[in-house]
Amino acid sequence: MTYHQAVHEVPLLFERCERPTPSEPFDATLGGAIPKELVRAELEIPDLPERDVVKHFVNLSQMNFGVDNGLYPLGSCTMKYNPKVCDEIVSWPTVSDIHPLQDPSTIQGALRLMHELEIALCEIGGVDAVTLQPAAGAAGEFTGMHLVRAYHESRGEKRTEVVVPDTAHGTNPASAAMVGYDVLELPSKDGCVDAEALKAAVSKDTAAFMLTNPNTLGLFEKDVVDIAKTVHDAGALLYYDGANLNAIMGKTSPGKMDFDIVHFNLHKTFATPHGGGGPGAGPVGVKRPLEKLLPVPRIIHQGSQYSLDYDKPFSIGKVRAFFGNFAVLVRAYAYIRMHGGDGLESVSENAVLNSNYLKQMLKDDFELPYGNLRKHEFVLSGRPLKSKGVRTIDFAKRLLDYGFHAPTIYFPLIVDEAIMIEPTETESRETLDAFADACRKIAKEDPQTLHSAPLNTARRRLDEAKAARDMIFSWREHKKKIGTI
Amino acid sequence: MHISECSMEMLQALKLKSVEQLFDDIPKSVRIEGLRLPEGVSELELLREMQSMLSVNKAASAHPTFLGAGVYHHFIPAAVKTIVSRGEFITSYTPYQPEISQGMLQSMFEYQSFMAELTAMDVVNSSMYDASTALGEAVLMSHRIAGGGSKFLISRAISPEKKLVAKTYAKGADISLVEVAYDHATGLVDLNDLKEKLREDVCGFYFESPNFFGPVEIQAEEIRSILGAKPMVVGVNPMSLALLRPPGEYGADIVIGDSQVFGTPMNLGGPMIGLFGCRSEHVRKMPGRIIGMTVDLEGRTAFCMTLQTREQHIRRSKATSNICTNEALLALAAAAYLSVVGRTGLREIAAKNVENMRSLATRINSIKAFKAPRFKATHFNEFVVSSEHLSEKVHRHLLSEGIQGGYVLDRAFPELRDSALYATTEMHSKADHDRLVKALEGVR
Repeated sequence: MTYHQAVHEVPLLFERCERPTPSEPFDATLGGAIPKELVRAELEIPDLPERDVVKHFVNLSQMNFGVDNGLYPLGSCTMKYNPKVCDEIVSWPTVSDIHPLQDPSTIQGALRLMHELEIALCEIGGVDAVTLQPAAGAAGEFTGMHLVRAYHESRGEKRTEVVVPDTAHGTNPASAAMVGYDVLELPSKDGCVDAEALKAAVSKDTAAFMLTNPNTLGLFEKDVVDIAKTVHDAGALLYYDGANLNAIMGKTSPGKMDFDIVHFNLHKTFATPHGGGGPGAGPVGVKRPLEKLLPVPRIIHQGSQYSLDYDKPFSIGKVRAFFGNFAVLVRAYAYIRMHGGDGLESVSENAVLNSNYLKQMLKDDFELPYGNLRKHEFVLSGRPLKSKGVRTIDFAKRLLDYGFHAPTIYFPLIVDEAIMIEPTETESRETLDAFADACRKIAKEDPQTLHSAPLNTARRRLDEAKAARDMIFSWREHKKKIGTI
Repeated sequence: MHISECSMEMLQALKLKSVEQLFDDIPKSVRIEGLRLPEGVSELELLREMQSMLSVNKAASAHPTFLGAGVYHHFIPAAVKTIVSRGEFITSYTPYQPEISQGMLQSMFEYQSFMAELTAMDVVNSSMYDASTALGEAVLMSHRIAGGGSKFLISRAISPEKKLVAKTYAKGADISLVEVAYDHATGLVDLNDLKEKLREDVCGFYFESPNFFGPVEIQAEEIRSILGAKPMVVGVNPMSLALLRPPGEYGADIVIGDSQVFGTPMNLGGPMIGLFGCRSEHVRKMPGRIIGMTVDLEGRTAFCMTLQTREQHIRRSKATSNICTNEALLALAAAAYLSVVGRTGLREIAAKNVENMRSLATRINSIKAFKAPRFKATHFNEFVVSSEHLSEKVHRHLLSEGIQGGYVLDRAFPELRDSALYATTEMHSKADHDRLVKALEGVR
């Protein structure tokens, strides 16, 4: 074990020494330009030398772990390597210094790029039309649920319920609820949708069924044809959560599986950097009958000109200002263009190969519930460790000491002590072998070591209950608390 | 697929002959035969292709723009770009493992701290998608604070984009948005109209300062007292708060805005970064991720995500919002920007914006057939110009002179015929203003 993260004591910016600043008081009225009753008295923002600011953030960056540092097998998040050329392209002024309300004649390149990205996503998703507006996967789901609602309303129907499997990402039920739906969670059978239970669950009140395929266990929903039929026979729509699309590109598509609405997570499948939590982008694709409901504006291509069409009387309106996360769209476009159709198919092949290889190496040391063949990710159970008093959280924390980010843990909820691993296609066999070695080694380590892990990271385990109790969310609060002690 | 030796060995370990066998579980009836997309290209070819496609875009540097309306062209110091480009930051994700993610966590805490100072609010979350979705979430949160209500009041002086997005969010909770008029002389909230529309079933009121047309709201205290216990939601341009009284001082329950002004380029309007703050008594009703301060086992200061029981990954359909991926990297950019420019720099930049606005408005006002600013009020960096010429004609003329003029208001605000919304920031030199003024003088 050779990994050691940098350990710095980095004071808050507010606690640092200030640079020399003008001694005369600042006149916020700007010589009477702003009335006195509108100006603020104080502004507590530190005046720091640039040198110290750069040092501050570089030291902080050394206490952060990204894909550039090493394996980041966070299940369902598709933490693959992000090609650097994509970052370079978005730094061009012809991407960064254009305004969304510019005359369309002056942003023809941007409109063309977005239009072509829509076409590529239609092909990959097997859908007929795409909107790029949603800013993230959950925003895509939110958009999709509004499309569901608008679709039923346009047919004079008021349906009240959305069904999701119990293995669904938390965003699915949350998005459905935000659009006013009651959510029914369907218990799985053998890790997959129970086709019979689904038949019994759907009714004239069912607005949609949300599904990700392969599901969050990494299993391909083998009954997907029956599922689609059941949902459609009930007059409901079938929604595809694109979080796991990295497994199936070129092999099948949501459209081919008869899904009506699909969201894509560009930051996952198409390798745009996750940015410490965002930005992402969550375009939504639909089959032809739903196209008229998509958000405005639509990008129109006529002759050699691109223009914007706001005149869409059936549209659900807007889900985000302007066009969506353009800089993310540009990166995804570049990624798709670089790979081409065959390249994207190879991406999925390698993602699935890596996942199965790693699963093969680990399944005997842990437990692999529900079937053998997985797609891009797999879920182990940490139950075998329980007998010696070690929990999945301990295992995850110990992995950090070996220089690996931890997998997603305790999700999906139907697996006891779940460890959800998604290695992605960009990791070499060498890395997978090293990760498997570490996992096996940890499984044999004494419980005490695991309970005290991590030891090699910038901080040891945190008192998270204290954070919730103290509720210090800013320097302001912190200062107040110190003041009262 | 071309199989490398490594892949071959991996297949052997799986006792498989081909990669295809890994996809045997997909029913034949839903299989497709590859993707009909053009063949891939090399990095060099990609750069050539994209340069050629994107070079037809007219960037603000070569083609001065006087657009604002929610997205602003500001200077970004080089150090900000250096900080934001660090691979450890940009290629990480939501800090689910705080021990190995302190860098991003502390940066988010610093962002929250800066924004809490600027807005004078108790809590600011670590970002929403943009100001429009932040407003949508604020409507839903007001509904939770008020414990129900079927209507939410919004000022008419807000951006049409924001209004449309807020409407979509409100629809999910069966809330209808009702507009409150603005005073046609000052552009500020029409208090009589507000009083009239403030009924029992109203769950809050949203207004902006400066509002969409530029005027800074001077009646905030009166609005607060008219609203009584009902939630007051205030939209701000956070850069203006370098000079202006913060909404925390006049009793806002929720503050929203867009922190794009701090270190994020315009990027055709995305990504942006939704600012969202509230009073501490409402924190459990708040959407989005919040970073809190704590200690580790050894008693060292450390940071982690907190109050997660509000969020979708824990609470599922009962969460306060569905948001998961947010705009963390841009929050980092904002924290880096504010620490690089500092209090003195930020005030200077803000002062320059006001100075440029006043100078440009005065110059445009002196051109025959133009009036600026249209509203009698204090402005920050944006103002309405009205004209005796048709807006479309002015816009076309400016375009022909290589200038992107203001945002034409006629369509969304028929009452402001032949008007456009102009923004000017520290990015405009005197030469840029000269060019605009000269072009406006040439409109016939």
